[in-house]
Amino acid sequence: MREPDIPINRVDWLVVVIYFALVIIGWFNIYAAVYDSQAPQSMFDMSINSGQQLVRIGISVVLIILIMAADHRLFENLALPIYLVFLFILLLTPVFGKEVNGQVLSIGFGSFRIQPGEFAKFATALALAKVMERPTFDLAKTKNQLVAFGVLMLPIVLILLQPDTGTAMVYFSFLIMFYREGLPQRYYILGLGFIALTLLALGIENNLYLVGAIAILALILISIGKTSWKRTIAFSAIALLMIGYTYSIDWVVSKLPPHQQNRIMVLFNPDIDPLGVGWNVTQSKIAIGSGGFFGKGYLQGTQTKFDFVPEQHTDFIFCTLGEEFGWAGSFIVIGLFVALLYRLVVMAERQKTRFSRIYGYSVVSILFFHFMINISMTIGLFPVVGIPLPFFSYGGSSLWSFTMLLFIFVKMDASRSQQLGRIS
Amino acid sequence: MNDQRPFIIIIVIFLVGLVLLTKLFMIQVVDDSFSRRAERNAIQRVVDHPYRGLIYDRNGELLVYNNPIFDLMVVPKEFTVKDTARFLSIFGIEKEQLITAYNAARKYSSVKPSPLIKQISTTDFAKIQDFLIDYPGLFITTRSVRSYPTPIAAHALGYIGEINGQQLERDTTDYYEQGDYVGLSGMERFYEDELRGQKGVKYKMVNVRGVDKGPFKNGAYDTASVAGTNLTSTLDRDLQLYGEYLMQGKTGSVVAIEPKTGEILAFISAPFYDPNDLTGADFGKNYTILNSLNSKPFLNRPIMARYPPGSTFKIVQSLIGLQEGILFPETTYACNKSLVACHNHPSPVNLFGAIRNSCNPYYHQAFRRMINREVSSNTFKDTEIGLDSWREKVLKFGLGGRLGVDMLGEYGGDVPSSKLYDRIYGEGRWKYSTIYSLSIGQGELLVTPLQMANLAAIFANKGYYYTPHLIKAIDGDPSRIPSKYRTKHEVGVDAKHFDLIQDAMAEALYGTANRAIIEDLVIAGKTGTAQNPHGEDHSVFVAFAPKDDPKIAIAVYVENAGWGGRAAASTASLMIEKYIKGQITRPALEEYVLAGNFIY
Repeated sequence: MREPDIPINRVDWLVVVIYFALVIIGWFNIYAAVYDSQAPQSMFDMSINSGQQLVRIGISVVLIILIMAADHRLFENLALPIYLVFLFILLLTPVFGKEVNGQVLSIGFGSFRIQPGEFAKFATALALAKVMERPTFDLAKTKNQLVAFGVLMLPIVLILLQPDTGTAMVYFSFLIMFYREGLPQRYYILGLGFIALTLLALGIENNLYLVGAIAILALILISIGKTSWKRTIAFSAIALLMIGYTYSIDWVVSKLPPHQQNRIMVLFNPDIDPLGVGWNVTQSKIAIGSGGFFGKGYLQGTQTKFDFVPEQHTDFIFCTLGEEFGWAGSFIVIGLFVALLYRLVVMAERQKTRFSRIYGYSVVSILFFHFMINISMTIGLFPVVGIPLPFFSYGGSSLWSFTMLLFIFVKMDASRSQQLGRIS
Repeated sequence: MNDQRPFIIIIVIFLVGLVLLTKLFMIQVVDDSFSRRAERNAIQRVVDHPYRGLIYDRNGELLVYNNPIFDLMVVPKEFTVKDTARFLSIFGIEKEQLITAYNAARKYSSVKPSPLIKQISTTDFAKIQDFLIDYPGLFITTRSVRSYPTPIAAHALGYIGEINGQQLERDTTDYYEQGDYVGLSGMERFYEDELRGQKGVKYKMVNVRGVDKGPFKNGAYDTASVAGTNLTSTLDRDLQLYGEYLMQGKTGSVVAIEPKTGEILAFISAPFYDPNDLTGADFGKNYTILNSLNSKPFLNRPIMARYPPGSTFKIVQSLIGLQEGILFPETTYACNKSLVACHNHPSPVNLFGAIRNSCNPYYHQAFRRMINREVSSNTFKDTEIGLDSWREKVLKFGLGGRLGVDMLGEYGGDVPSSKLYDRIYGEGRWKYSTIYSLSIGQGELLVTPLQMANLAAIFANKGYYYTPHLIKAIDGDPSRIPSKYRTKHEVGVDAKHFDLIQDAMAEALYGTANRAIIEDLVIAGKTGTAQNPHGEDHSVFVAFAPKDDPKIAIAVYVENAGWGGRAAASTASLMIEKYIKGQITRPALEEYVLAGNFIY
């Protein structure tokens, strides 16, 4: 007896449950963030954020139903057109979009506005999956690497024109997917080494210590192993490059716009200017830190309630959670995210087509990056970057784009039995 | 080929989750500094200051109360005025004044309140009160300042002012905060713990701009303030007022005591000041002016000025002599002016005559017998033993040490011991001829006017006193006053010896202080003249009355007013008449005292 071939039976309900759990917890926190104990309004009041967010959640449900009802081949077939359409919209955004604080993030008509930078994420994920699905595509080959990076760089360049560094940065999360798909390990070692050296050069006050350490490391590497001129010269050259980089980084930082310089400085010393540049991070840490183990109770937060934390219903929404639900609440939400990501990796691995696996890993990459960077910045582990916490932060574009991103994959996963096994 | 890579990705995901949770655990659970910073951020502690206790006089007349003063506050953001002219007329200010104050308020904060009109009187407040609801963003804050319906007894009542750093450090109970008002002198200071009441605390929440967002936890941690305890003073308002009236323009002290209880009826230190000057906004300005005056109005003369007791001390000498069996009523000495100067009077005199005529040689000879009792064959040693034994007896009269009045800063005066003379002249190098001035209350003897008044009380009581005090009842309850003011002190002289003394003192008025005599009221008194090397002598008079049932004991000092029989005796007599009879029947004497020309 064969089961009726209805994809709904194959939906991964765990992912759906976690998604709704996060969306609902997020919605409650948005209400808490705008709640005024002196003039309490209903959670459903359309004049406040929580009411508006509820509408967006409703629209998300419609989007989910549409995605689940669509033909599973649709996204594969339309991958490149969708990508091109969003590239085009991104191109138009700086020209026709609405300028806020020197950035042009959104485009639309009247009150209906979307941020194409958010939607371009799943478009790029589809395009990369499409481009990389060919059995002959091998990320170890330079030619294929160039193609993949090309698809990735186009939206990055267009988003930087807005300019929106935070969102552009998110696209580098595709490197996680590239890693799974075989981009050689040496790139990652090189990249991580580069980041480590940068952090060390910025973090260590006196560059001489770092230079000394590099020199000693180079000497040790040269002295062990077999002696050869080639080896000695190679190690010496690398050491010299690193030393040169160490000294040039300060110069590079000094050339950055002041607000970015400040964000970097605050990371290393949040107390340099607690009322100015360090304000966001300091207040965010105070809000979260004052939550204790069980938090102050729902709607009882003082720091988030009384506007001490800026942007608290969008990028700093985690503060409300940390203050009112304490470490226990943080544990639950972080646990939900980790569980979701783990589940998505498992699902990606069980895909029969390379297309859906690549897309699955892209979903993991983007969600993971947002989750990691957003929470890190609220607790002072990462500079302040304007990126939302998936499913949590207030805002239509981010909620809808994350919903579409996730449920397109849920749909693919549900339809995997209908797909021909083409995996290499 | 990439089999291990999914696992690496999963491990990285879990590691990141772990790092975030660890860091969160550090700042949320381990490090509690964030909670404190959050409280400092959002929770404001507002102290609710209690009403300070009131002070009444012995007859229930109000001496000190709290006068509410009102500040009209404005929150610029909420404040709008449609009809400016109407607003100005209601609130009674000029347009420029309004604009200046409003701009200053806006400059400070547009959402936090600032004063728009300061120190509105109660009557003006009543006028504007009803109009306040018409103007959003305006409200009234109330403060209170000390106020004195009759501006008297500044030194006894004291004043309050902002607590200083030293006092804050000494405050081990952590009750006070910077900016609190505390009693700084007089009763205000001595009874600070009673008068201050109990502060209340309100916790309110504020947002990032400092705007009030309501009580914290609905006021669960708030405490209400408790008003301070009311005090009843021993002072008699009318007597005090009259004494200050008499002492105006003079320098000196008047202390009147109810002998049977030690209650201070009047406590005058001249020159005095209006206690209302040291309240409210002008405190600092007035304090500086008063403090810079050469006449030193802040000097609390009754307890801080020290003078030789002069002839008044002869009564103490007589009493000690009688008790010791050295003097008897019939003991007679010649007025031998070669020993010490004296004025002309019949000679020789017995003890009664010696007091009545204030005979100096009599006491020179009597005191020698008190000192040189021939307990040692060495004259020097004998004098030393005699002096110290005599001193013990003198100290019992409340001399030579602080009495313990309920005011801070009391001086104890001085009754010299053998050690003092050893220091001055060397051990074994002084004898009676060195110290004979003590016999007539001169030399190294120093007493305060308060101690002199207390002596008068002792003479009136025939041998005992209660420590003079200003407190009659706390919260209407006389038993709550410190127990030391309810303890009887015996001076070690039998009551029988006082009859002769009292008679002589009553008689003395006819010899030395005719002006003090009141027809139907027997006053027992003794003049004194405190020698002043810097100018005219100080006029001194101690007395009690009525002689047979003493109701008042008094000491009057008028500086640089010469002979005790004039300024001091006249003032004391008027005070006694005022207290006993309630009215003055001798306007001429009053004129004489007010005119103040005592040197002629």
